[in-house]
Amino acid sequence: MKKVEVKVCLGTTCFVMGGSNLQELNDIIPQRYGDKVEIAGSNCLGLCSINWEYSKAPYVKVDDEVVSEATVEKVLEAIDKKLS
Amino acid sequence: MAGQAIHIKKEILVRIIKAFLSDDFEEQTRLIPYAMRPKGMEVPYRCCVYKERAIIKDRTIAGLGFPIEEDDETVSLGTYAKKALERTEISDKNLTVLQAACKGCKTNRIYVTDLCQGCVARPCQTACKFGAISIVNGRSVIDDSKCKKCKMCVNACPYNAIVKITVPCEDSCPVGAIKKDETGFASIDYDKCINCGRCTAACPFGAVHERSQIVDILKAMKSDKKVIAMIAPSIAGQFPGNIYQLKTAIIKSGFDDVYEVAQGADITAKTEAKEFLERMEGVNEKNAEWLNAWVNEGGYGEEEQTSEKDNEKVHNFMTTSCCAGYNQLIKKHLPEIKPYVSDTKTPMYYTAEIVKKEYPDAVTVFISPCVAKRAESFENPNVDYVMNYEELGALFVAQKIQITELDETKYVVESSKQGRNFGFTGGVAESVKAALPDEKAVKPLVINGLNKDSIRQLKKFATSGECEGGCNLIEVMCCEGGCIGGNATINNQKTAKKLIDNLANTSKDIEKI
Repeated sequence: MKKVEVKVCLGTTCFVMGGSNLQELNDIIPQRYGDKVEIAGSNCLGLCSINWEYSKAPYVKVDDEVVSEATVEKVLEAIDKKLS
Repeated sequence: MAGQAIHIKKEILVRIIKAFLSDDFEEQTRLIPYAMRPKGMEVPYRCCVYKERAIIKDRTIAGLGFPIEEDDETVSLGTYAKKALERTEISDKNLTVLQAACKGCKTNRIYVTDLCQGCVARPCQTACKFGAISIVNGRSVIDDSKCKKCKMCVNACPYNAIVKITVPCEDSCPVGAIKKDETGFASIDYDKCINCGRCTAACPFGAVHERSQIVDILKAMKSDKKVIAMIAPSIAGQFPGNIYQLKTAIIKSGFDDVYEVAQGADITAKTEAKEFLERMEGVNEKNAEWLNAWVNEGGYGEEEQTSEKDNEKVHNFMTTSCCAGYNQLIKKHLPEIKPYVSDTKTPMYYTAEIVKKEYPDAVTVFISPCVAKRAESFENPNVDYVMNYEELGALFVAQKIQITELDETKYVVESSKQGRNFGFTGGVAESVKAALPDEKAVKPLVINGLNKDSIRQLKKFATSGECEGGCNLIEVMCCEGGCIGGNATINNQKTAKKLIDNLANTSKDIEKI
């Protein structure tokens, strides 16, 4: 089975607007999903530049799905949906 | 702080900065509440879009640097923006409360819930020393006029039926400076407030705001004057990228030059180490003198001499003096500890002194993890403004600055490992130790966060003249975790500490005195 890929945007905007708290995912995801999910930090995903939507930062990508105003809970929910 | 409240505050800062950088600051500022809560938008928190906008307007007033309490609702944000542009002085009342947000919060009291079983034993009634509990219709009822909120009944109830309703801002304040008054609105007593910023982080409604100086700083950047940033050591854990890329980013955002305050921290550490030695040598000499005198006078039986020793600086321990919140505490609540506090100045002080020497006409801005440094800046003519980490972050966001994509810029003076470690608990004591020829001379005690207990402890040391366990150096940090736990930090403490460690471990050691 193909792994679910989680990309946490570490661009300045996402980091400042709350992305720093998403670093918890680095611990939670391997514990919870083992090999099924891969998590990596990413340079600016460019999402904050679309219509200048910094107010919806931080962004996380779960495969192709964009999670805006991302929180740990929202990202886990998106992963669960992909896996089910 | 509660996630969404802080998100809104940061978004407002970004919008204020973008408005300033636009062609029409006043009009763009006036539109902020409408841009954030446009017509037809689903209402996220409150009853209706109009209330949401009113609250955002209040928060914007704080972002422009004005007190929300004094707003009479008739003045538009455009006018506030104009007033912010015109002002030449800033107020030293650094915090302001959005009282409309206090509505959701019940007053501090003890309350009997429906879980009360109306039991026969009535332990609550027995436990209450003030006769505040009576039984009405078989259930316990508290007479608020008699209740002293001692929580004896809360602890006595076997059903956990009695609860203390807390007010987070009041509970978080270590010195009782913020209180909900009889009208139910919280207000700050500035005579008591030590500017620790605990309430700003504690309020789940995000009601307590720092009064931002961001407009004043942007104005200075637009003028002919040079504007110099002085970055506190804890900043190394707050942004993506390293501190050399951060320097490039800060310059790109509008500053002319950047100094590490760790440079001043090196001076603080060495000066404090020297002072520590002098004080401790003083203790040894004094003890020898007393012993001699005692032997000469024939030992026991002589009347105790009350010498003028309090005027001389001879004390068995010394406390650090670099935390602005602690310095405010000493001034307003703990004067008895003053003789034990080192006379060494703060890293900000030494850094600002260097900057003003190198750029006499420049505007200096301290980039800070907390609101307490705003209070310190008013006591130091070399520091013109303070910008916290959230505000610097907003400045980057507004200008789309990607730190990790930038080149590195070196600092003229590279700071030491110990100076760069000033921003977390234990770091200051360690640096004083490392600067001493004999590190074993120091027996440190670390006060990790000021709260009612640790303040009581410090008071005890000051009155008895002795520190616990024979310790001779007390490091005091107002915030738990140190500056990385400051109210305006962006990153969580664990990762922030890791990032600081990465930098410090590749830095040189401090020179010994």
